Amino acid sequence: MARHIVARTSDIPPGGNKVFGVEGRDIVVFHVNGEFFALLNRCPHEGAPLVKAACVARLTSPEPGVYQRSRVGELLRCPWHGWEFDMRNGQSWFDPQRVKVRSYPVAVESGEELQKGPYVAETFPVRVEDNYVIVEV
Amino acid sequence: MSDVIDRPILAEEEAARSRLRIIDCDVHPSIHAHADIEQFLPKRWQQHLRTYGSHLRTPYIGTTPYPRSSPLIARRDAWPPTGGPPGSDLDFMRKQHLDPLDIEYGILQVLDLFIFSQQNLEFGAAIQRAINDWQLAFWSDRDPRLKASILAGQDDTEFAIAEIERCAKIGRYVQINVCPRANEPLGRRRYWPIYARAQELGLPLGIHVGGYGGHAPTGGGWPSYYVEEHQSNAHTMAAQLTSLVLEGVPERFPNLKIVFIEGGFGWIPSATWRMERHFEAFRDEVPHLKRRPSEYVKEHFWFTTQPIDEPDEGRHLRSLIEWVGADRLLFSSDYPHWDFDDPRYAFKTPLTEAERRKIFNGNARAVYKF
Repeated sequence: MARHIVARTSDIPPGGNKVFGVEGRDIVVFHVNGEFFALLNRCPHEGAPLVKAACVARLTSPEPGVYQRSRVGELLRCPWHGWEFDMRNGQSWFDPQRVKVRSYPVAVESGEELQKGPYVAETFPVRVEDNYVIVEV
Repeated sequence: MSDVIDRPILAEEEAARSRLRIIDCDVHPSIHAHADIEQFLPKRWQQHLRTYGSHLRTPYIGTTPYPRSSPLIARRDAWPPTGGPPGSDLDFMRKQHLDPLDIEYGILQVLDLFIFSQQNLEFGAAIQRAINDWQLAFWSDRDPRLKASILAGQDDTEFAIAEIERCAKIGRYVQINVCPRANEPLGRRRYWPIYARAQELGLPLGIHVGGYGGHAPTGGGWPSYYVEEHQSNAHTMAAQLTSLVLEGVPERFPNLKIVFIEGGFGWIPSATWRMERHFEAFRDEVPHLKRRPSEYVKEHFWFTTQPIDEPDEGRHLRSLIEWVGADRLLFSSDYPHWDFDDPRYAFKTPLTEAERRKIFNGNARAVYKF
């Protein structure tokens, strides 16, 4: 699986998302609670664009009238029929055996780790003392 | 991994798809701003609308009895970038729906202002008339693909007839819509003058389920949840089909075409089988019926497909289509609402090319005389 640089972390604010064309596919990347998740921008049920999905919590109920929220923001709710998918693996929370969104591994890395250029400019140590920036040559 | 989306597509289905244009029998336009509709209202009713708003048979103006699954029951991606509610921007509707899905005709179904639920019948008549004019001015005149329906609430039968006459003279409406949840079941004789006029004019009778009349939406009373209430659309349709057939509407008006809209079609076999069995036992209670209930159902009624039923096994949908009959089904998307059906993916079972042609185009072409 080839690695593709799609964005700077600052391009997708927390709680936001963005679609990128990667090898002919529309991939939607979500930023939730400091983590990034990438999925195919297409609901496997009828094809709705997941970029418009609601990012919701997992809601469970041990008995009528009692509700619990967990994994806030990590579940996608399709913009059309409300099918819910786990952002981590694309798994549907309803009928999980049949319906799954294609998901992709995402990593956040520094530019240096991704690509080290062939040239190295000469650098000099810098110190700050009191109100003065001191460069050592 | 997902057999839903990876279902085999027949080679002939793929080939047909490229040539077959879609007739969508349920497209919901919305009023962008009250001013748009006010221009079609007499001053007296403009003032009424401003002062009182539109009335719904629920406790608070502008509310529905249940929180909907999404705001304005709309797809989250259907809010126009120019503002206004989903379905209110023609350019966006073209770009998001009509053009990409290659819609040849879209039949407009207006739900705004709770048109059929007004208890003030004069106000109800005024807004129905205004919306009938608005459909042409704002939609059909601007995009010839979009076809209007004559809204004519049947509880004010005199108004309904007058409005049908007025619109029929204009000649650009493709069907007559009546209220799905009127004061009495649709088969009752008080409504027959409307059916007589529809038959004479050759216009199908459209019944788009939804909204609230004077009754709880289920025969068992008011449900607790939206998911429960949504289910009641099928009960309502079954009740109205039963009423129309057993009261003898298709017997009395043999050329009347009746289209059930937004009720899906999964409930039809059971409702019809039951009528059929009971008819065998109790036919002398309804001697005005000259034929079996199933014959009326199969010859006088058409059903739009959305919200399509999705049984666990595709072959069960297959059986359903075969039982109801591919010649009875009219494709509908319900754009821009949340339970929209995409014509490319809604049928989780392969269709033959002949079936596709009927369901997505041919049947509607014949019913609406396109």
